[in-house]
Amino acid sequence: METLEQIKKRIEAAVPGAKIDIVNNGSPSAQHSLKIDNEHARDVARFLRDDPALRFDFCSNVTGVDWLDRVIKKTVKTKQVVDGVEKDVDLTSEEKIPGYLEAVYHLFSIAHKHGPVIIRMQTGRANAQLSSLTPIWRSAELQEREIFDLYGIKFEGHPDLRRILMWDEFEDFPMRKDYRPPDDFEWEPTPHDDVLERAKQHYPARPTETELKPS
Amino acid sequence: MSATSSQELEQAPPRMSSRLEGELMEVSLGPQHPSTHGVFRMNVALEGEIVRKLKPVFGYLHRNHEQIGESAGYLQAMPYTDRLDYFCSMTNNWAYALSVEKLAGIEVPERAEYLRIILAELTRLQNHTSLLGFLLSDMGAWGTPLMYAFREREKILDLFESLSGARMMCDYMRFGGCRVDANDDWIAGAKKIVDLFPKFLDEFEDLILQNEIVIARTQHVGKLSPELAISAGITGPMLRASGVNYDIRKIDKYGFYPRFKFRVPLGDHGDTYDRLMMRALEMRESLSILQQAFAQIQPGPVMNPKVKIRAFKPPVGEAYGRIEAPKGELGFYLISDGSANPYRYRVRPPSFINLTILEDMCLGHTVADVMVILGSIDIVMGEVDR
Repeated sequence: METLEQIKKRIEAAVPGAKIDIVNNGSPSAQHSLKIDNEHARDVARFLRDDPALRFDFCSNVTGVDWLDRVIKKTVKTKQVVDGVEKDVDLTSEEKIPGYLEAVYHLFSIAHKHGPVIIRMQTGRANAQLSSLTPIWRSAELQEREIFDLYGIKFEGHPDLRRILMWDEFEDFPMRKDYRPPDDFEWEPTPHDDVLERAKQHYPARPTETELKPS
Repeated sequence: MSATSSQELEQAPPRMSSRLEGELMEVSLGPQHPSTHGVFRMNVALEGEIVRKLKPVFGYLHRNHEQIGESAGYLQAMPYTDRLDYFCSMTNNWAYALSVEKLAGIEVPERAEYLRIILAELTRLQNHTSLLGFLLSDMGAWGTPLMYAFREREKILDLFESLSGARMMCDYMRFGGCRVDANDDWIAGAKKIVDLFPKFLDEFEDLILQNEIVIARTQHVGKLSPELAISAGITGPMLRASGVNYDIRKIDKYGFYPRFKFRVPLGDHGDTYDRLMMRALEMRESLSILQQAFAQIQPGPVMNPKVKIRAFKPPVGEAYGRIEAPKGELGFYLISDGSANPYRYRVRPPSFINLTILEDMCLGHTVADVMVILGSIDIVMGEVDR
């Protein structure tokens, strides 16, 4: 199989305007992935499926990942002159990464028996929306519904986007990292108006950012 | 189905057509239905007895397995994987262990790999046996085949119990090996069961698979084309029944499978009969793998001593590991942030994704056929709903 760099170059040549980044994976599994942009997602996916050398006809696993706001601290050692004496000083810089939701697709090729190639798409946590790849790979149908149900990513172009594991009246997205279950599941909303009204008091407010940080 | 028979099926039964033309009746099949293999519901729209629409409804057994896995440590999630597909806890353990091993770069001792293959193939035997029993029970062969199948399954479950302490919730494998070693008596006992198994298979095939009623109920029912099967992510015996040669044991070469000689049976038509036969043929291959494993296994350690499985902290990164479970591709996708519990713990359940094309296979068939088609997919709700 071609390396990810080669695949990236081929995609960029075939799909004009597509922005592809290689996301490195530090673990010994060395399963690096391609981050693709939302706009050209379906074209890139179609290329990966139909290109005769790649032929990723089998989309095995589709899943969501929730990333909260993160602060990455970098420490750089520099030399500074303090009181006329040169000293080694640690300079820490903080990079703030706003939270995002991610959809990850694991692709294999049954025709050429290679893989996996991992593609991922990112979207903001509020108003999360991505283009659905179900028209390309039918296997994403139930799995994208599951992501919609548990993570709240709306998949544009999905033929039948409904809740799948939770019940239709359920409001929150349980797999998000800031999900707090209601204190009393007896008061989960049902279609009845009076129960809906009374259920409200059992729903906790979403936690603030400081509450989420591990102490 | 052939072109002519599909046209025949597309027409409503003549006696009913005057009354029900254009009228569909919505019926909810399940969740408390003996043929849905658990709490699974299908909303079907019927024209007479012919299915015109079918929407599967999930979630009655949903307990958010993935979230529980994320709040538990790496080792704590291991016994919980037993509860996914409670027929095949050994392969669930293996898939999870394999993913963690990929994530942290752990090596497994040789004897442990052999034990894993022995247990996985025994699991495949008992899963396929009980599937055949259930499927025949769905078709109306009430009692006898299921009891025959469960008699054989019980022998294998006794083996699991003597090794791990539990019949079904085995919790046997660990990342870096297996929990306890199997002694020579256990290997001898397992070999005895495997030696006697072909006799049961011969008897079962003679009794059932040549049966006229079975053939009438399953051939040309629920046909699945290879193109649709690949696109819909169907894996396992169901994919191979459609004639697609894709067995992860051969493709990924995980464990010590390259050391074994076995064939991958393939179907021609992709109908329910092929899916039924696929299980019977796969059991023969599993028996051959088991015999080779008993001949090759050598004494040695079963646990990699370098792995500290308690308070286990893999390096930052992610890994997707998959194995050929009896029902299809079982994968675990793990993201580690360097802490003691996985940041993301995702199960790729084969029987859930195999249900994607349930509607496509059932359209134009009768309600009685829907039960047979569903039975041939081989679902377990513990895995579908997670």
